[in-house]
Amino acid sequence: MRTLRTLLIGTLLRAKHLSRSPFEVALALVIPLVQATLAVYLFRAGDEPHRLLEAAVGAGLMGVWASVLTGSGGAIQHQRFEGTLEIIMLTPRHPVLVVLPLTAATAVTGCYALVATLLWGRIVYGIPIDLAHPLAFGAATLACIAGLGMFGLLLASTFVLMRNANALANPLDYPIWLLSGMLVPISVLPAWTAPIAAVLPTTWGARALREATVGGPVWPSIGICLALGTVCLVLGAVLLKSFERRARAAATLALA
Amino acid sequence: MESDYAIEAEGLRRTYRTRTGWLRPRRETVEAVRGVDLTVRRGELFGLLGPNGAGKTTTIKMLNTLLIPTAGTARIRGFDVVEQTREVRRRIGYVFGGDRGLYDRLSALDNLRYFAELYGVPPRDQKRRIAELLELVGLTGRERERVEGYSRGMRQRLHIARGLLHAPEVLFLDEPSIGVDPVAARELRRTVAGLAANGATVVLTTHYMAEADELCDRIAVISGGEIQALGTPAELRSRADGRRVVEVEAYGVPDTAISALRGLPGVRETSVEDRGALQLLTVQSDAHVDVQGDVLRELAGIRLGRVDSREPTLEDAYVAIVGAA
Ligand SMILES: Nc1ncnc2c1ncn2[C@@H]1O[C@H](COP(=O)(O)OP(=O)(O)O)[C@@H](O)[C@H]1O
Ligand SMILES: [Mg+2]
Repeated sequence: MRTLRTLLIGTLLRAKHLSRSPFEVALALVIPLVQATLAVYLFRAGDEPHRLLEAAVGAGLMGVWASVLTGSGGAIQHQRFEGTLEIIMLTPRHPVLVVLPLTAATAVTGCYALVATLLWGRIVYGIPIDLAHPLAFGAATLACIAGLGMFGLLLASTFVLMRNANALANPLDYPIWLLSGMLVPISVLPAWTAPIAAVLPTTWGARALREATVGGPVWPSIGICLALGTVCLVLGAVLLKSFERRARAAATLALA
Repeated sequence: MESDYAIEAEGLRRTYRTRTGWLRPRRETVEAVRGVDLTVRRGELFGLLGPNGAGKTTTIKMLNTLLIPTAGTARIRGFDVVEQTREVRRRIGYVFGGDRGLYDRLSALDNLRYFAELYGVPPRDQKRRIAELLELVGLTGRERERVEGYSRGMRQRLHIARGLLHAPEVLFLDEPSIGVDPVAARELRRTVAGLAANGATVVLTTHYMAEADELCDRIAVISGGEIQALGTPAELRSRADGRRVVEVEAYGVPDTAISALRGLPGVRETSVEDRGALQLLTVQSDAHVDVQGDVLRELAGIRLGRVDSREPTLEDAYVAIVGAA
């Protein structure tokens, strides 16, 4: 209970901090419009107007993922620059409790992109927002935040352990969009991608959102998304502990 | 197995490995701390005094679990700083000088809420605790403003409030008054003295002699990564007993003249402090030798200001200790 509270409050305050960055705000205003446009033209060209809403949802999720990837990949490095890494590592709790709010917050602010994409789609292109399961859509959105936040934690801890791993962050944008079926249905991708897609929390988050939009079981996908997220969390926790130990030995918690 | 000592350290050492150069990287090792032994009693206000680069921050970071010592051991209230980090971290607070380490785009209140949560302050106590601390550091009424608009002194006070959230038994303050204006620095000293009066153990690092003198029960003078002297301010002051100090204001003293001063019979210590165009020369000598005449003779031809001969202060004792290192 205490742990959940810490995670929740940590995430919300962290999201508040992020949402006040001029850079983030500018991105958040522009990207969803681009996403919505992308969705519309991709699918108009493909002559499938009935799938416009589905496409807009997928595009919105791409926005969430972009936010998690850029935000989480550099989350720890960023704290180091702000001079707060030492202070948060000095808390008498497991480092996961400190780092997960950082990455979950990037998913929360990313969700704004999801909502904004749908709104832009509605306003500019007249895509009606009639969801098959509105309630389940809300649940799927929360599952996406949690799942992507936990995935983000794994990225954060991996990137901080590997030198210059941030260079990896940007090229990861597109493969995950594609692999998780945010952009096009997984069924059109080559068969070898299926096993990779199956272990990504993003795939199941995207699927849950799609099922809530056009109709489908939703809840199993939510469950799998959260389960895979938990696996990321456990792996991330192990990596973070090892990072902490190494950083204390190598004096890398602060800038030299 | 809580100990009666707040801090016990034996043979602490720390080396840093750095890489410099880009095309042809060169590895260097810096021996920042070379064997520090310390014990600090509960409730003591302990000063770690030394010039820049002396190893103060490194020592503090080994004690507060941020750095693993290269050699030696340390315990906080009996808990090992390398292995029992959670037990140690529950009992310590850490505040450093400068204006980093806060979330600028959040208000002071949000900063404190965030850290109160992370530091495990029980939810039902948080509100009261935060209000108390805002009051203590004099930020009540400004707590809803974003930190980015705060002055250096306000940030520093917020830092202190943050470090005290979980009511630590041992508080590490690393140069808290750096970059803070004199009035704010005085306030800060009053706050620190108040904390110690209420039973907290405080370790304070500073390179301001006067600050250490005013606040600390005991002072360790550290230089070159080693403790050069340790004692109460009065004990340290007696290091300069039997000495006399000549102070000369001068303009444009060449290095050769200063070396010449150092070579004079009876002279123990010579330091130069630049004050704008002016240089303040401080020459310590044995009290029974009157060196003033010799000093002025060596400085012949140089434009001089005020010349003064006086009893040594704690500052002179500090200069003597660091100079002897
Ligand atoms: N992260 C680091 N990497 C390499 N050298 C360092 C690092 N931190 C400190 N040093 C060096 O160690 C010595 C002691 O530094 P420090 O403990 O910060 O001294 P102080 O706090 O007394 O000014 C200095 O020579 C400094 O340059
Ligand atoms: Mg220092």
